[in-house]
Amino acid sequence: MNVETEKTMHTPLFALHSSLGGKMVPFAGYELPVQYPDGIKAEHLHTRTAAGLFDVSHMGQVLIRGKGAATALERLIPLDIMEMAVGQQSYSVMTNDQGGIRDDLIVCRWAEDEFFLVVNADCKQADLAYLRAELADQEVTELKDRALLALQGPQAADVLGTLAPVVYMLKFMTGSSARVAGFDAYVTRSGYTGEDGFELSVSAADAEPLARQLLADHRVSPIGLGARDSLRLEAGLCLYGHDMTASTTPVEAGLQWSIGRERRRDGERAGGYCGAEIIMEQMVQGAKCRRVGLRVEDRAPVREGALVINLQGDEIGKVTSGGFGPSVAAPVAMAMVAAEYAVSGTRLLALVRGKPRSVLVTQLPFVKRRYFRG
Amino acid sequence: MSHTPEELMYTESHEWVRREEDGSVTVGISDHAQEALGDVVFVELPELEAELAAREEVAVVESVKAASDIYAPVSGTILAVNELLEDAPETVNEEPYNEGWIFKMSLSHPDELDKLLSAADYRLQCEEE
Repeated sequence: MNVETEKTMHTPLFALHSSLGGKMVPFAGYELPVQYPDGIKAEHLHTRTAAGLFDVSHMGQVLIRGKGAATALERLIPLDIMEMAVGQQSYSVMTNDQGGIRDDLIVCRWAEDEFFLVVNADCKQADLAYLRAELADQEVTELKDRALLALQGPQAADVLGTLAPVVYMLKFMTGSSARVAGFDAYVTRSGYTGEDGFELSVSAADAEPLARQLLADHRVSPIGLGARDSLRLEAGLCLYGHDMTASTTPVEAGLQWSIGRERRRDGERAGGYCGAEIIMEQMVQGAKCRRVGLRVEDRAPVREGALVINLQGDEIGKVTSGGFGPSVAAPVAMAMVAAEYAVSGTRLLALVRGKPRSVLVTQLPFVKRRYFRG
Repeated sequence: MSHTPEELMYTESHEWVRREEDGSVTVGISDHAQEALGDVVFVELPELEAELAAREEVAVVESVKAASDIYAPVSGTILAVNELLEDAPETVNEEPYNEGWIFKMSLSHPDELDKLLSAADYRLQCEEE
């Protein structure tokens, strides 16, 4: 652990969380609300039916600027960055030499030679050091004085649209500068819940007044980390450090879709990123293990770390994320299993406190994703 | 503020204990505990007739958030478990002291009850947390 994460930090919304009755817990070096008085289940369901406001200011916001930034970033990220339009955003990964995932991230093109990255809080310092070392000709700036809010749910567009009509023009995975209730923000139509919604990067000073303005809308409730986790799990979205790590490749993690077309074996700029040979080989041959969804047959939640065994009793994998899905109204989990078992409908067992619990390999997501694609 | 009925006994690990007329005890988790756990989604009930030492893990209450162990407040044998919780685990949140009871047990050493906390002592402990 480095010095910077040893003491707990506060996001610009710390005072707001406390005043809303948030139950604060340490998370990735920050003190953040795991839930508010409504509780995780109610917060989760509210986000799926109305709109939830999340403080994700702990995540790293990084600006990469300089001539040739797109070409330079393509050496680190297997994405078609050269082809990205201004205002376009993509989910991707940074890989290591073994094809493992250093971090997953969002890349958004702000200008011809300017890219906005959102990286995981836990990886932030390592990512910055890596980006600075690898992108010597580019300016790499951590946007420390900015907060990041997420407004998610089927009513998010109408809530935000009343404050900034321009957001109606955004489709899933695009972004634009906007004045929201008088505050300057960079707004993208994206999120981590499987719902339609937005992420707003704003100056730290504007974060609380903007959040209060959003919360003044009766459709909006504040949502803590607990529901954030159950929402993303139901949506089948990976959590770094759990569903994927530095020793998981994008193919194993089921993220090969995130690799740009031109970066694949038959693409115009095939490979050219760390671990490309290993990843491209796996994309053709298949990987030894795969991330899958697990439906749990009875009511006992199957949580991270539970061993997965086949019906003969051989260990064939491990649960990487698991819990109760309030919208599914049942336990749900994701696991990394040997490839031969990564077939929907395969019956397996997960060991919960030594007891085998019947699970069924299932397609992800557990709930339909409702992104706005125009 | 959570509810802590006077007539019950409590443990440091947040179980409540009610002495029944037949000499057995009924056990559940306190209002304070259910509030801290949040929405209960599963209760792993004890095995009937299991023989337990005081403070031994006996059941598990799982909320959306996490799994929490429930401990036997005294030594004895499991006489009954609340099967209602299999289909309606949320009863632990809704009625922690009545319908949300978890198990009944006999006592091998009735004097162990003297070591349990009174409602006043338990309230004090919760405030200090």
